[in-house]
Parts: sequence; structure tokens; C-alpha cells
Amino acid sequence: MERYYQPEIECASREQILDWQNERLVKQVRHVWDNVPYYRKKMEEKKVTPSDIKGVDDLYKLPFLTKDDLREAYPYGLLAKPLRDCVRIQSTSGTTGRRVVAFYTQHDVDLWDECCARAIVAAGGTNEDVCHVCYGYGLFTGGPGLNGGSHKVGCLTLPMSSGNTDRQLQFMVDLGSTILCCTPSYAAYLAESIIERGLQDKIKLKAGIFGAEAWSEEMRQDIQKKLGIKAYDIYGLTEISGPGVSFECSEQTGMHINEDHFIAEIIDPDTGEVLPEGSKGELVFTSITKEAFPLLRYRTRDICVLSRKPCSCGRTHVKMSKPMGRSDDMLIIKGVNVFPSQIETVLMEQGYAANYQIIVDRVNNSDTLEVQVEMTPEMFSDKLSQVAEMEKQLVGALKSMLGILSKVTLVAPKTIQRSEGKAVRIIDKRKI
Amino acid sequence: MTVKQISVFVTNMTGGLAEVSGVLGSSGVDIRALSIADTKDFGILRIIVDAPDKAVSALTGSGYIVKVTEVLAVPIKDAPGGLSEVLTVLAEAGIFIEYLYAFATRTNAQDAYVVLRVPDNEEAEKALTSKGIKLLAPEEIYNI
Ligand SMILES: [Zn+2]
Repeated sequence: MERYYQPEIECASREQILDWQNERLVKQVRHVWDNVPYYRKKMEEKKVTPSDIKGVDDLYKLPFLTKDDLREAYPYGLLAKPLRDCVRIQSTSGTTGRRVVAFYTQHDVDLWDECCARAIVAAGGTNEDVCHVCYGYGLFTGGPGLNGGSHKVGCLTLPMSSGNTDRQLQFMVDLGSTILCCTPSYAAYLAESIIERGLQDKIKLKAGIFGAEAWSEEMRQDIQKKLGIKAYDIYGLTEISGPGVSFECSEQTGMHINEDHFIAEIIDPDTGEVLPEGSKGELVFTSITKEAFPLLRYRTRDICVLSRKPCSCGRTHVKMSKPMGRSDDMLIIKGVNVFPSQIETVLMEQGYAANYQIIVDRVNNSDTLEVQVEMTPEMFSDKLSQVAEMEKQLVGALKSMLGILSKVTLVAPKTIQRSEGKAVRIIDKRKI
Repeated sequence: MTVKQISVFVTNMTGGLAEVSGVLGSSGVDIRALSIADTKDFGILRIIVDAPDKAVSALTGSGYIVKVTEVLAVPIKDAPGGLSEVLTVLAEAGIFIEYLYAFATRTNAQDAYVVLRVPDNEEAEKALTSKGIKLLAPEEIYNI
């Protein structure tokens, strides 16, 4: 039987959700207008005032915010509450340029924890569970988010943080962890380590909540099989709160967005135009309940699809697909759009580990793509011809998926960095 | 009668080989024979050692990918035509050789051996013994 953390919210009628959204949006726009000069100026430039926003239907009138705005406004430019009302900051891993810092009041932390609690209950969590959190703690939102959610649900929470696999496994065995929260690449790594050490019979895991990284359906199957668990996706971003903006239910066909807190739109990334339901485009979030850092129309750069098809779990909140790629992760190689998730799919289909690295370079004015993948005991052979043939097959499969030729390099196991936070998947050496 | 060959996946030949022999050396394993097949990016190091089980656990324990294969070890006369005699027997029996490598021992310079990887060990053994060519037993090679 499906269980919910807040059934009256998670299974509310469409009309009820819309009522909440209309009311909260109007209030939020006023709050931002009054307290965030940076955004007010953007609204003035677009000739929009709070009185133009009467509900969700008027959302399109508001200006977008992008990561560049967040960098420009660093650190306090988008803060909507006095610092004395704020209790926490979190910050993004900041791959390029200045870091992004998000502020939280106690109310904001509570609503974030609540969203994570919904995700944990959707994954089957109760106060009987032992929730093993090995997302990084600290500025990264992964650890603190799931930790807070786990407390709300009443699980015994193991605040493991990332790294130190020996200790992770020891606690997992000794304390009987039942729910694992970490990045999918670390889950895959833990699964390998568990099998390597023959600990399969000693672990009690039943579910995993994995996010903060792109992962494919094949990777899910692989982790589920190896750990004997059900693996749930979770989505979020520091700018909007952290993990738990959306989460998967038992149907595992997309993630329910917590629409009582966040309004989702899909736009055309080139024109900014709002696209009809079911279209593939860039996901945009408007935070309607947060106090300290309330972003309106924040462009996530994640490409996905929204669906309001009724879900068998009973939840009524809109579902988003797994991001199909990020517009900033999307690589244009030889003029072709390449998403790392496509490469991951091919690797899993060909029987390789999900751990890989993509190296893009430019040699003699021509782009080159190298895919480094770890050799596995199952694929290894004493015959060179057999290994060379496998390599050739992989090159062929990548060519047919991507439409461009890549070089495949087989590397020794565990040489591609992983396990700490987000795996480094792409190295773009091109200087353009 | 076969002997255990251990294949190891190595990515950087020079450093990789040093590391592998280091791992074996520190666990007290002696290499009896060795061959390398490599491409630009990686290589397969094939070894025959005095204590195969110990070698496998030392290598996997150090994170190496290894594979154990049963191969044939045949003594050859350390004289002109020694190798050719063995190969002719196999060719006449229509046996395909995947790869082979030869080695000599330090105890008796007169003894040379060839390691053969064939699709069917039994078939090859039958062909060789029927021509009076004796195979090396595991104990013999491990104790050379
Ligand atoms: Zn559902």
C-alpha cells in the first residue's frame, strides 16, 4: 500500500493545488518586489509590476533568473530577508566561476526537510527504518537535505557523509541500514564493494534514494539488481532549496514535483517561450513559499518533460522526467549535440561499468571525443583479439547512438575518480 | 595436463609491469614465464608462477583484473628444429594456436619450454602425446 508523508497535500485535487499556487505566487511576487531590488529592477525593465500577477496564468510575464544572475548578485543581491532571520546557507559545487550561495530561514529549512521527508516515505521509509545518508554534508545540499527529511520521518539517521567506504560498509552491516541515500555513482561503487567483500547477505538495504547526478534507467537496473533494493530518483538544486524539489514514487516513471512549494514550467531554451505540456524543453522553477531566497522563474538548464497523467501512486502533483541532459552539460562535438547520458546508456548496454569519463579535445581544428571506461573482470580476456573486438563493438555502438566517431580507451578498474559527491564525467580541453 | 596461466590487465606497460612484479614479489610469488600482448593503450600480461592461487589473491587484492586460464606447457629440445617439431604436430592435427610463448629455465639451460594457448586443451594434448611429446605437469613447472 502506498504511504504518504502528507497525504492531504500530496494527493490534493488539481483545483486545490492551483488555489495554493495562485495565492502563494501573488504573495511571493509582492515579497520579492518589496525586498529584492535586483529582481525588482528586472521586473521594471520588463514593465511588470506585482499587480500584473494575479495567478499562475500570469507567470510568463515575469523575467527569468539564470545562474549568471546568481553570480552577479553574489552574495546578498537576491536575499529577501534580513540576515537576522536567516539560519543557514548552502552553496553549489560551482564548476565554473563564482559559487552560488543560497540562504534559508528556519521556515525554509523546514519546508525543505518536509520535501525530503515526502521522498523518503515515497521510497517506503517509516520510523522503523535506518536511513544511511552518504551524500556529502556541509555546503553541498545532499547530506543536510536527506538528513533533515530522515529526522522528520523519524528514521534512525546515520549522518555518514561521503567517502571512507570501509566505514560506510561497517555501519551498514553493524547498524542494519535499510535506506541508502547517496549519488548513483557512489551507490554503484558501494554495490561493487559489497559484492567484492561478499557482504550481500549481511546488508539489510531495501531502498535507495539517489540523486545529484545524471543516471540512466540501465544504471538503476544495475544498482537494483546488485543491491537487491528498489532505487528511487530524487531531484533538486541548491538555488531552489536542495534535493526533494521532486522525487520518485513506487511507479518509478518520473518525479513528482512538490507543487505546493514550486511551480514548474517548460520553456524553449532558445526563445524563452513557455511550451505546452508534454513538450521537451528547459525546466524553470518558481519558488512560492521560500522566504530568504525566493527565486522566481529560475532557469535550471535541465532539459525534461512534464506530465500530468494520473499516477498509480495516488499523488496528484505533476511529474517531471529524469533530466535528459543539461544545456550546460550538453556537448556540441563536431556540430552534434551529445549528452553524457547517451554514452552511459551505451556503456551499460554493452556490459561495462557505469563509471566513465568523456574527454573532448580539438586537434587540428577538428573535435575529438574520447570515452574512457573501466575494464571489468567479466569483460577481461587473456586474448588480445577478444578485448580488441569488444572495444571495436563499443566504438560501433557509440557511433550509432551519437552519430560521431569516438575513441574508446579501456582503463584499469577504479582509476576514474568517483565516490565523493558528483563524479567528474566530462573533461573539455577545447580552447575555443 | 594443463598449467595455470594468469592474465593481468595493465594500462601503462612500463610502470604497470613494475607494479605487478612488485605485488608478486612482496607476496613471495616467483614468475616462471611471462609474455605481453599490448596495444597503444593497454596490455595483457600473461604469467606463469610458482604459486598461482597466492598470485591471484595478491593481485586482485591490489585491485588488478586477472583471469586464470589453463594452458599447455611443452618441453622442447633446445636444438635447431625443437619448436618446429611441436608446431608441426599441432598443424598436422589441424589445431589452431591462439598464441604461444617460449621460455627457458635458470636451473638447466638445456631445457626450453613453450606455453600453448589452444581452443581445446584435451585435443591438443592427445595429438602431442600420440607423437611421444610429453607435457609438463603443474608441479614440474611450478617447481622449476
Ligand atoms: Zn506517483
